[in-house]
Amino acid sequence: MGDLIWIFVSAAVVNNFTLMLFLGLCPFIGVSGRVETALRMGAANTFVLVLTSIAVWALNTFVLPVAPYLRLISFIVVIASLVQIVEMVIKKVSPALFRALGIYLPLITTNCAILGLAVFQTNRAYDFWQGLFFAIGAGAGLTLALVLMASIRESTELVDVPDIARGTALVLLIAGSLSLAFMGFAGLLSTA
Amino acid sequence: MTPVKQATPQADLIRGIWRENPVLIQALGMCPTLAVTNSVANSLAMGLATLFVLVSSSFLVSSVRRLVPNEVRITTYVLIIATFVTIADMTLQAVVPTIHKALGAFVALIVVNCIILARQEAFASRHPVGRSVLDALGMGAGFTLALLLMGSVREVLGYGTFLGVPLFGPNFEPWVIFALPPGGFLTLGTILLFLSWIKRRRTRAAAPSVAGVPARKAA
Amino acid sequence: MTTPAAWTPPPAVPPRRLIVTLAGAGAVAGALILVAFRATLPAITAHRAAALDEAVREVLRDPARYDTLFLVNDTLVSSPPQGADPARVEQIYVGFGSDSAIAGFAIPAARPGFADVVRLIFGYDAANGTLLAMKVLENKETPGLGDKIEKDSAFVAEFTGALAPLVGVKSRQGKGTPNEIDMITGATISSRTVIRAINEAIARVRPAIERYVAEGVP
Repeated sequence: MGDLIWIFVSAAVVNNFTLMLFLGLCPFIGVSGRVETALRMGAANTFVLVLTSIAVWALNTFVLPVAPYLRLISFIVVIASLVQIVEMVIKKVSPALFRALGIYLPLITTNCAILGLAVFQTNRAYDFWQGLFFAIGAGAGLTLALVLMASIRESTELVDVPDIARGTALVLLIAGSLSLAFMGFAGLLSTA
Repeated sequence: MTPVKQATPQADLIRGIWRENPVLIQALGMCPTLAVTNSVANSLAMGLATLFVLVSSSFLVSSVRRLVPNEVRITTYVLIIATFVTIADMTLQAVVPTIHKALGAFVALIVVNCIILARQEAFASRHPVGRSVLDALGMGAGFTLALLLMGSVREVLGYGTFLGVPLFGPNFEPWVIFALPPGGFLTLGTILLFLSWIKRRRTRAAAPSVAGVPARKAA
Repeated sequence: MTTPAAWTPPPAVPPRRLIVTLAGAGAVAGALILVAFRATLPAITAHRAAALDEAVREVLRDPARYDTLFLVNDTLVSSPPQGADPARVEQIYVGFGSDSAIAGFAIPAARPGFADVVRLIFGYDAANGTLLAMKVLENKETPGLGDKIEKDSAFVAEFTGALAPLVGVKSRQGKGTPNEIDMITGATISSRTVIRAINEAIARVRPAIERYVAEGVP
């Protein structure tokens, strides 16, 4: 159990996907302008992360021992199909949720965080439960980073920033400070 | 990615290196740009691996562009890209195992590097093979140069070395933060800041009439 | 960030052609990958084996030869259980001196460190309970501080001849007992991670090692 908690906390803060491993930067830089959107985006990503983790576990257990060289290609195909299926299911079941998440869902396919999770989970030979906790932790970390960024950007909108710093440069510098702060989480679980 | 009017081979090649540099101007492919650039050697390996995948994919996509129906276009491109990334991954592992170990999972993540899919969609799928390969070469070179720039800054400041060779005396205390994740964000942020400062100075020089606006100091 | 596909009116493409295209692309992709896999596999396997071989020889201090043992149900056996993937079974390595006596055991160990999991391998002399040597295989600890567990030769040398179970002490503040390891100043957590990983690994495999030694070399 301690092992699972370590995996969760490590993925969520100590090795935060966005701020420490640079995974899932596109939504982080591109769309994190509103806290509410950031929350929805984070939720959508977490959902796909969990589904991917389960699918990757199944692939690693049943398919890839036979054909290890098809690893990457099968991951990307599975992720693309998963996103497509999730999109269709949400559209059918809850049109309101679909309208809220709609435009973000296709974007998730090319989000490095999803493929990153699949590759890390495989490299570290996680079993089913470890993979699941890893995915939930990664999703929580991603959401946390998105929400933090969005709330900072909401307040910087009204701040008099030098115009050459507007846009990506400012986002990167803020992200650098956030990343610096997250480095403080290192050692969180090893002092025990 | 504005379509370029002139179709000279040189224009296709050099466009990606500077004027439409994928990282510095278009802000694409951030993940590898920040993740693996804590040393010059890693940056170079990542840049060349991406260049290889980009050129091979553009070649193949451009060759089969008339055969692939529009509906399955993206899926086919992703399949092609994933194939070449797998090949690059295996080759790196076989030829330079230490660098492969340092790059870790990020070689596999070339698949989701937006630059590659963007070039297939925006260029290779609608231009002949020759031009597509030139475009890919230029974009790949631009990407590699941006990575090398990041890698040099971070290795020199973070470790006091360049390609592993110590640059300063033994009394130099390395600025470790530049080798760590925050250093990636801060370095790229500063580079972009510097570029937009240059750009603004150029526009000012070109149009002196707006020079009356008081210049603000960079943050 | 994707490039949004330009919306085009649905052209009359028969579904069969879509399937044929995708199947064709898949087949070509699979074939290319298989060729590359076949071409690179020997080199990759050789590199991995060489890296492991070097580490094992280093921590066993140049044994005359060594064997791979598999830990199955708390017993060391020389071949993995039927049907199991050998890579998934915990392995340790037993080294022999030139007189064919057991020189020591090379035991891999891992533990979460300051940033991420630290992986290492160490040589253990079961006869008198001391360490032969320690080598960090993988760490993502802070450059310049925590990564000294791998790069600081004085720290690495501390482990040679140390008596297990190890105790970490602040640099130059120990009493000089043989189980003390001087920890790195500014990297206490990383140092302690190494010490704990070794202690845990010894506690885990020691019963099996003792049984293996008692039964004699087959």
